[in-house]
Amino acid sequence: MEQIIQSLLHDSNTQWVVLSTMLLGIASGVLGSFALLRKQSLVGDAVAHAALPGICLAFFIIGEKQFLALIIGATVSGLLAMYLIQLITSTTRLKQDAAICLVLSVFFGIGIVLLTKVSQQSSGNKSGLDDFIFGQAASMTGSDVYLMGGTAAVLIVTTFILFKELKLITFDPEFAKGIGLPLGVLETLFSTLLVVTVVIGIQAVGVILMAALLIIPSMAARYWTDSLGVMVWISGLIGAISGVSGTLISTLGLGLATGPLIVVSASCMFVVSLIVAPKRGMIAQWTFHKKGIAAKTTGSYRKEGA
Amino acid sequence: MNQAVEVKDVTVAYDQKPVLENISFTVPKGILMAVVGPNGAGKSTLIKAMLDLTQKSAGDVKILGEAYKPKNRTVGYVPQRGTVDWDFPTNALDVTLMGRYGHIGWFRRPSKSDVALAEEALEKVGMSAYKHRQIRQLSGGQQQRVFLARALVQDADVYFMDEPFVGVDAATERAIIALLRDLKESGKTVVVVHHDLQTVPEYFDWTLLLNKQQIACGPTDEVFTMEQLQQTYGGHLSFLNQTEMVGR
Repeated sequence: MEQIIQSLLHDSNTQWVVLSTMLLGIASGVLGSFALLRKQSLVGDAVAHAALPGICLAFFIIGEKQFLALIIGATVSGLLAMYLIQLITSTTRLKQDAAICLVLSVFFGIGIVLLTKVSQQSSGNKSGLDDFIFGQAASMTGSDVYLMGGTAAVLIVTTFILFKELKLITFDPEFAKGIGLPLGVLETLFSTLLVVTVVIGIQAVGVILMAALLIIPSMAARYWTDSLGVMVWISGLIGAISGVSGTLISTLGLGLATGPLIVVSASCMFVVSLIVAPKRGMIAQWTFHKKGIAAKTTGSYRKEGA
Repeated sequence: MNQAVEVKDVTVAYDQKPVLENISFTVPKGILMAVVGPNGAGKSTLIKAMLDLTQKSAGDVKILGEAYKPKNRTVGYVPQRGTVDWDFPTNALDVTLMGRYGHIGWFRRPSKSDVALAEEALEKVGMSAYKHRQIRQLSGGQQQRVFLARALVQDADVYFMDEPFVGVDAATERAIIALLRDLKESGKTVVVVHHDLQTVPEYFDWTLLLNKQQIACGPTDEVFTMEQLQQTYGGHLSFLNQTEMVGR
């Protein structure tokens, strides 16, 4: 604990890493809320896994671990995966879950093969590319951190500006089209925002668990509110807390990867929400149910039944 | 120009199979029109094709004399209730406000006057008391009324409604029909996909009989005849309906 406070107070690199994982957490929570409501939770997972071959290929081409190049590689293969999922769903008889499973495993398989190839190479600074699997926020320095934090901030602001439009295409896309919104453009824009969120989080959180930072905060947030605006903020808050706590614990030097720690803290908040949230939580549901039975047996429901 | 809607040679095909063939009709301004036909006749498809929500293979649609574009804001559309996720985190007032989004424009938030209009519309459909309720907790009829309120705040000239009477209670049916008559009084045109043959002559001035092809279109008392209905429904017009028609 003391160690955490020490590094937070004195190490400016830690401060920047914490700030940008916080922004990443907010962006994931905010965009994850829309992904959850659009029933695209698994798409985020596919994109994260599919980013790996892009990262490795970018490394092959550049020959060193340059964050911007790796992010661009990840974005390209992530978008390609998303496009393939849509193509398979619309042109074959396969359902979306099957298409996601196929694309995810094929891309991730290729990614692992390429990663093995990278680690067999003697040239270049290959150490650290393994961090992309489980994430290591502490391994990020200087410009990587600014790039991640800055991009996350842009994602948050974009979502805020387009909140009304994104809400409408999520709730009722046909109506959105009917009042003249460019549905295709907005959907592509949202997909891009989602892919970029996943991709910038890959070094800090890792390809395997990035989707969890996207979905768990929004699932937890849904328990607390029946308003999309409030849900998005709570989800962003939970994402921020998960990001920050995961990052801080992983900087302790115990050799723990950031991704799993972020997911563990997000999951804790999800379990709390599941149990104690008003109205939707388990305790509230259970007492409501009990009251209902009590009311029925004492006959106060008789009027409706008659 | 007294036509609200002009449809010319509209054809729609899914996977090369035609679902609607050469539909052509006109709807005069200020009337209530029913689109009637058996299941799978292409009633919803016709509405969607007219509003560019489904791709047409051929044909033209003019609304108030102009080629239809969603941006024109002359059209209000009430989709079937089953098309959205009612567990979405939002309430009745918020859904109604979505009808103002086309007027509000990009990036801006709804203003106080938008909220006032939405509240007024909810009042009109008898939903004021439920405006802050999560939409999942509304009954089917109440959900339908929220959709109507959303269409009302669009302040359109021509409305298209897809099966608004399906699965609603008697109170909601009365509320909807009162609303349709209100709209008509104020010079609006309303096209309704309708299922219940018994109420067609009572509710609607104009009827389109449809079964993949257009059987007839015109004033209800001319079009809505036993002969035409049998042609529309083929052998599927149930005995019950026939006896009721004869009794009318």
